Amino acid sequence: MSSPQAPEPTDHVAAKHAATSSATATEATKPTAICIRCRSLNSWYGDFQALHSVELDIPENRVTAFIGPSGCGKSTLLRWFNRMNDTIPSARADGEITLDGENVLDPRCDVVDLRRRVGMVFQKPNPFPKSIFDNVAYGPRLHRRYSRNDLAALVEQSLRRAAIWDEVKDRLDQSALGLSGGQQQRLCIARAIAIGPEVLLMDEPCSALDPRSTAAIEDLIRNLRDQYTIVIVTHNMQQAARVSDRTAFFYNGALIESNETDMIFTNPGHRETEDYVSGRFG
Amino acid sequence: MNQPNPASRHFQGLIERGTSRRSAARVRVDRAFSLACLGITLIAVLALVILLASILIEGASGLSWSFIQNYASRIPDQAGIKAPLFGSIWVASICAIVALPVGVATAVYLEEFAAKNRFTNFLRINISNLAGVPSIVYGILGLTLFVRMFGLFGPVQNPAFEVGGETFAIYYDSMGEPLRVPVADRNETPRLVTGSIGYMQDIFDGPDGELIFTNDWSPIPLTIVNADADFSPAYGVITVDNAVEPIDFEIEKSWYYVQFPFGQTVLAGGLTLMLVVLPVVIISSQEALRSVPGSLRAGSMAMGATRLQTVWKVTLPASIPMIMTGAILAMSRAIGEAAPILVLGVALFITDVPQNLMDAFTVLPMQIYNWTSRPQEEFRALAATGIIVLLGVLLAFNAIAILIRQKFSRPLQ
Amino acid sequence: MPSTPPQPEYKTFVEICESGRPRSTKTRSFQEGGVRSLLVACASFSILVTTLIIGILAYETARFLQDVSVWDFLTGLEWNPLLGEERHFGIWPLIVGTLLVTLVAAVFALPIGLVTAIFLSEYAPAWLRSILKPILEVLAGIPTVVYGFFALIVITPVLQSLGRVFTGEDTFGAYSAGSAGLAVGIMILPIVTSLSEDAIRAVPKGLRDGAFALGSTRFDTSVKVVVPAALSGIMASYLLAITRAIGETMIVALAAGGLSQMTFLPWEQVQTMTAYMVQIFLGDAPATGVEYKSSFAVAGVLFLMTFLLTFSGYRILIRFREEYE
Repeated sequence: MSSPQAPEPTDHVAAKHAATSSATATEATKPTAICIRCRSLNSWYGDFQALHSVELDIPENRVTAFIGPSGCGKSTLLRWFNRMNDTIPSARADGEITLDGENVLDPRCDVVDLRRRVGMVFQKPNPFPKSIFDNVAYGPRLHRRYSRNDLAALVEQSLRRAAIWDEVKDRLDQSALGLSGGQQQRLCIARAIAIGPEVLLMDEPCSALDPRSTAAIEDLIRNLRDQYTIVIVTHNMQQAARVSDRTAFFYNGALIESNETDMIFTNPGHRETEDYVSGRFG
Repeated sequence: MNQPNPASRHFQGLIERGTSRRSAARVRVDRAFSLACLGITLIAVLALVILLASILIEGASGLSWSFIQNYASRIPDQAGIKAPLFGSIWVASICAIVALPVGVATAVYLEEFAAKNRFTNFLRINISNLAGVPSIVYGILGLTLFVRMFGLFGPVQNPAFEVGGETFAIYYDSMGEPLRVPVADRNETPRLVTGSIGYMQDIFDGPDGELIFTNDWSPIPLTIVNADADFSPAYGVITVDNAVEPIDFEIEKSWYYVQFPFGQTVLAGGLTLMLVVLPVVIISSQEALRSVPGSLRAGSMAMGATRLQTVWKVTLPASIPMIMTGAILAMSRAIGEAAPILVLGVALFITDVPQNLMDAFTVLPMQIYNWTSRPQEEFRALAATGIIVLLGVLLAFNAIAILIRQKFSRPLQ
Repeated sequence: MPSTPPQPEYKTFVEICESGRPRSTKTRSFQEGGVRSLLVACASFSILVTTLIIGILAYETARFLQDVSVWDFLTGLEWNPLLGEERHFGIWPLIVGTLLVTLVAAVFALPIGLVTAIFLSEYAPAWLRSILKPILEVLAGIPTVVYGFFALIVITPVLQSLGRVFTGEDTFGAYSAGSAGLAVGIMILPIVTSLSEDAIRAVPKGLRDGAFALGSTRFDTSVKVVVPAALSGIMASYLLAITRAIGETMIVALAAGGLSQMTFLPWEQVQTMTAYMVQIFLGDAPATGVEYKSSFAVAGVLFLMTFLLTFSGYRILIRFREEYE
């Protein structure tokens, strides 16, 4: 005897799958919604102007790469998206960065809430000297009170999304400092994911890692792009080409151009961009 | 065009113009210097060895359980170190309870919260200057601030503010026995009436609540009565004969007894030592916090943690082992300090262990100083034995602290 | 045939994320503000301490100077406050006594400390360092009263017999500036060593590499390159150690004697500023007497001296750190 409900789950999954794929299809053809919008953004460290009237849109659920030579202002811009520059006393900015219509640079903007919505991964993996579990649970515990089961589920899901669950599931209570560099960095990504951000900022996340770990992180970034808006700063042009949908090229504190990644690498609109992507300087 | 450049030939000539130094000789100088360095470094080792050896030779034979159990005595054989031992423990505990939170809080403020401005800079300079102030000067501060409280509450012998104590005026009867008469406070001059007092040795409560006197008693000529005081018959039947001033006052202290000014009490001593070690605690805690990499702070802040949350959950846990190390050093210093305690004017001859914050005390280094400064050989030997006990306390203290430190740092490894 | 087992309840990531009860931002900012003011209060306490020290010393010194003229106090060459009618309050014998003890200590500890520091950071293999460092730490942790005892029972007798051997007379008495000074020197030795070693280690490795690459021996490198580069740090360590020597109390109270006199002979007994204060505070001098008040004035002079030394040491140290950071 077959149950009438039996085929239903299959149908459901299939329908869902169809919906996702059609969404992906439309994404590819039609420009997606804008997540972060910069308007005439200037930034200074003391008297030094690090960014000159930057105008840039960052599309939702896509990977945007910032490239450019050292000191071109790409990290500075990234650090304004979650106001990490607040920790540098001499840093200031004017202009506008809007996230869902809200000006991030507004002094009334709640930095704590902003950083909950905009996660960040740093150049060097910086796990806290705590257990693996506590590292991931750190953020959720800051913002909300969870039941023990929910917290465990959240940690597991975050670690799974960061593709490190299988490697650490047996030693969640051990120190995070015992992990390898690449594992530490994926742990830091899990940690950033666990607070449920919309945007992930990555400041040269692979520059301190070996090639194999770099490949793992790049895979991860490609898998995460459906769920998060990702902005990645990188020195490595191949990496930008491999992982990003859009690329923005910075030079001397100015945004030279931003476009689909393919266009930037095959048909750049500016002389400086061409020189940089072809490795003539930088 | 192909001619060799005359300048370059000249350059080679210049190089070879100097008289050559024999490299063998230079290596020999190096070796000699290295040996000399080693020899001179061993002076410190030698000093420590001689120091410990001389103390052990002088004092080891005096070490016994009775030495630790006995109180001070004028007879060297019966002298012990119980009062200063407990005094040191009391004073060091008070010092730690106050100095550690205040010191760590100051360091946290300076390293984690304070903006880099002139006030912060001034604070830093001020703290490093405080670290250089001789401990005897802190003694003077402690004397004025804690022992006397600027004289705002009257003289030390007659504090204006007391809570939790029962005051007795002490008289001696004609037999030379002390007699305690309860009075409201030390300011009150008991009303003097002439008469006499019945003196007896044993009084106890009978089955029906009446008092049973075991001795025959006869009136003896004596002192006074305070008519207002709660004067229980247990002190005898009194008929006052003679007007006499009380010899002294005695206070029965409950555990919460407090007096202003503090006088030469355990609390004043502990707080004075707190002043001495506070800059040490601050500076070592600052160094501990500075050793925490900034990337951890950035990581925490980027998750939306406030400064306070970052300090409490990341920075402090990561620096606790180093903070503890600094705290151990600071507390060891507090245990070994004699000069500030000496300035407070504590009594040298204490025959009781402190029971509460307002009891008289002395500390190990004071007792050692006292014994060392006496000319008799026997007291020098006592001093050496005292030093062994002091060093033992320091050693035990360091061991405990290291254990605590390891416990704290275990989750990090 | 049974129906398919019920699907386990499955929460999506977002559902789990939002399952927690949000924490109040108000409480958080309130806590932040509260703790911040508490911390500021703690930090300000150190300023209060300085203010009180200066205030008390200034007030008591002013009271003392009502009885004794400033001129006599600051220029007088005689200090005998306990002699009744004949008493004099000239600070110089106490300053000279303090300086003499400090000088002996410095001559002993500063060179030895520096050489030890050079040895520890440039020459000693790791295993030797791991033995020597704890020994120096133990030396640094010994209470000063113990050094005083050591001066009396070891250093003084040794100096006495040495004096007898070399001069044939009893040059050293039971108390002497030299004995106290040597004990103070042993006491400050670990301070000089550890602070100088910190300074030497702070010299960038590149400087050493550069010197070795030019064919320097280790001696050349450490004496001609590293030590000059660390000189300001070493100077700061010297100043801080001298400050400790000047303020040292228990050693001089035990071993230097009690006779205040103007002398630069290390075998004479002297009274230092701190030893005088001990004499007064330990004795039964009435709190209203001039001699009692004089100890506050002496403390004021002592505070001023150590303040100037620490302050200049701190300035040098800051400049040294800026050089290499």
